[in-house]
Amino acid sequence: MAQEEGGGGIDPMHQFQIEPMFGSWDPAGGSLAFTNSTLWMVFALVAVWLFMLGGMRRELVPGRWQMAVESVTGFIDDLLARNIGPEGKKYVPYIFTIFIFILFANLLGLAPVGVFGMHPFTVTSHILITGVMAIISFGIVLVVGFWRHKHRFFTLFVPHGTPLPMVPLLFVIELVSFLVRPFSLALRLFIAMTAGHVLLKVFASFFIQGMNAGPEMGLLVSLPSLLLMLFVSALEILICVIQAYVFALLSALYINDAVNLH
Amino acid sequence: MEVEAARLIGAGLAAIGAGAAAIGVGYIWGSFLQGALRNPEAANGEQARLYIGFAVTELLGLIAAVIGFILLFG
Repeated sequence: MAQEEGGGGIDPMHQFQIEPMFGSWDPAGGSLAFTNSTLWMVFALVAVWLFMLGGMRRELVPGRWQMAVESVTGFIDDLLARNIGPEGKKYVPYIFTIFIFILFANLLGLAPVGVFGMHPFTVTSHILITGVMAIISFGIVLVVGFWRHKHRFFTLFVPHGTPLPMVPLLFVIELVSFLVRPFSLALRLFIAMTAGHVLLKVFASFFIQGMNAGPEMGLLVSLPSLLLMLFVSALEILICVIQAYVFALLSALYINDAVNLH
Repeated sequence: MEVEAARLIGAGLAAIGAGAAAIGVGYIWGSFLQGALRNPEAANGEQARLYIGFAVTELLGLIAAVIGFILLFG
């Protein structure tokens, strides 16, 4: 990660580079490769699998692990019941999948495995990944909305009690705000993760450069930046959880629009 | 070199947007805390709305950060 640039700076964007791990196969101009992004997605999958496996033993008296798993599933169940109502049950698998994948991908990206020479890679810091998840959410909203309400789905864009002359204007405004949803959903997660990781790397580079500049500079610069880095790391863990929750919550609210047509 | 300087100044100016969003997020959490201390029973029911407001406000700060990134690295 400490890639030397001109002037001895440390490049904080290097951590987001996608590199093929075992070479790539290029059929017809494209490129298929097992990249570091793929590797960390596999890690997230394995971690989720192990986590869920520990909670699926169906014991009569749940142990600690089972309580942890049940509190997560119960949390998502409750989220959907409160925001969508009794019909929300059908969407629990989707929302739960997206929540737990984002949560594990975010947290694994913060894993301190750099000490062992592995470079942690945050899967959700690429708009390609978050964009695909946002498009799936948006697609569910469109399919469910048109399936259940047919052409009446368009009444979503005209709030109740709108005076007639205002209808065309409001229709356009609501339509634009509806169409922007997948972008804002994808952008929020991707930028929150990117910005947080860049911040951590910038403080880390302050620490290293301060230490290199001698003992008094080390005390003056390195110590405060190390303390600040500790604090920012704790904040990052909080942000990981909040962003996963916000993605799940907003997906649930958008699906609520499609199901209940406010 | 003047274009390079203008890019760096622009990236710095974009950071103002992040600060403005910080004011907004602080206002949201502060107002929630104020309401929650006055009526603790109603606080739990409003948590979803709190996070929606937080997410919408935070997005604007993040967009300012994107513009900064584009200017610096794009």
